[in-house]
Amino acid sequence: MEIFQYSFIRYALYALLLLTPLLSLLGTMAVNQRMAFFSDALGHSALAGLGIGLLLGIENELISLIVFGVLWAVCIISINHSGKSSADTTISVFSSTGIALGLLILSRGGSFSKYSSLLAGDILAISRTDLIWLAVALVIGIALWVMMYNRLLLTAVNPALAGSRGIRTRLVEYAFVALVAVDVMLAIRWVGVLLINALLILPAAAARNISRTAAQHALFSVLIGIVSGVAGLITACRLDTGVGAAVVLWAALFYALTLLIGRFRK
Amino acid sequence: MKSEEHIHEHEHGGCALCRIELNGVGVSIGGDQLLKDVDLHIHCGQLTALVGPNGAGKTTLIRALLNEVPYTGSIRHMDADGKDFPGVRIGYVPQQLPFDRQMPVTVCDFLASTLTRRPVWLGVSKKVKDKVREALGAAKAEAMIDKRLGALSGGELQRVLLAMALMPLPDLLVLDEPVSGVDQNGLSLFLQLVCELKEKHHMAILLVSHDWELVRRYADRVALLEKSILCDGSPEEVFSSPEFSRAFPPAFLAGSETKEPEQ
Repeated sequence: MEIFQYSFIRYALYALLLLTPLLSLLGTMAVNQRMAFFSDALGHSALAGLGIGLLLGIENELISLIVFGVLWAVCIISINHSGKSSADTTISVFSSTGIALGLLILSRGGSFSKYSSLLAGDILAISRTDLIWLAVALVIGIALWVMMYNRLLLTAVNPALAGSRGIRTRLVEYAFVALVAVDVMLAIRWVGVLLINALLILPAAAARNISRTAAQHALFSVLIGIVSGVAGLITACRLDTGVGAAVVLWAALFYALTLLIGRFRK
Repeated sequence: MKSEEHIHEHEHGGCALCRIELNGVGVSIGGDQLLKDVDLHIHCGQLTALVGPNGAGKTTLIRALLNEVPYTGSIRHMDADGKDFPGVRIGYVPQQLPFDRQMPVTVCDFLASTLTRRPVWLGVSKKVKDKVREALGAAKAEAMIDKRLGALSGGELQRVLLAMALMPLPDLLVLDEPVSGVDQNGLSLFLQLVCELKEKHHMAILLVSHDWELVRRYADRVALLEKSILCDGSPEEVFSSPEFSRAFPPAFLAGSETKEPEQ
């Protein structure tokens, strides 16, 4: 296809091929753990992370995003565990606080528009160096994922039972949210605050509609993620629109399709 | 976490667990004394039924045995010579398993995830699957291996949980009121199965139950708990004791055909 002659489009394609499998895999567990709303709040915290990084004079944006994202995620989970208020309330409070804090800092002097690219992301701006870092992150992310998966699965089914089998469920949960936070923050500059959660949740949610086993769930989720990524990129180039939005709409289409297939089978 | 690549066939030979002794066990949570001075011996090769009214602390006692709550006093695992028996294995079948029934996870995925570190979404190796099949076989649940966990009936789920508690083979098997969602006949078959396991492997079994009929039929010993052990002996001894009538007045018993799960 002639659009792939352009190196920035090729780079965007590589980036999507790296990001979608990892996010889709992590998404299967985020969906099983009923964490869709949590990861949404996590994405929103990117604004606050960026703002606080600026205030502290941290030059590398990615470091502020990741450090703040992990802290934010761990805070939400530990407040949830304390059981003082219901999970959706806690998460909503964190979500809006993250946005407000970010907007407050980043709009100082009336210049938020400078950061508006963070909202929708810009995958066409990705550089060769960024790609290499993304590849490294992908390998590490999948390795950690492979190591913790079985324990996470047992914890997702029932934490008390997992605990009785010697699994340190809290630790496993914290490790998982930290991993999600790191990967979400790695992707957020390219996919955008508004869409990142869809990329995490939609492929896994779609795959769940047609899966019976853990293996099918992982496989279908990754396939749907990759196909949505590539199809979204091509669509966006053809229609001259944002890439992230097109990718997410393709994933949404798959969700609708699998929902129908799932119903039909029953 | 221990690597559990293998199901350890545990020989209950000379230096095996003989009994578990609870001496003066107390548990307080948030200022409430839930258990006080609990003295109880749980012997291998016996099914000990733990009975008591709701809120008597039965679940708390189990959590202390599983080392999930801090307790005072001592819980000792001893061999036949009265020496400490290290590394006791406890299998636990929970009262109920609230979980997301839509989750795409099969019985094989579920059990395999406790046996191996290899993520089950990469597929389950033949070796591990054989072990899963063996454990399910011991719980008379072979046919469930490829079923989705959320598609099991109450009785099927209970047997799958028993299979999980049997890998590795435990020294003490704790059955926390395995009654909800299972009919009388299913329960009776389940306890028959548990008793066969008890004979075969000389396990200690602790059963929490509200079903006197089943307790009378299957328990070797009964302990009546209400904060501490009020009475302890053969089923006949306990059921005819004044402590039992005080804890479960006859009028109350008449109206308690429906068994409320304790929580």
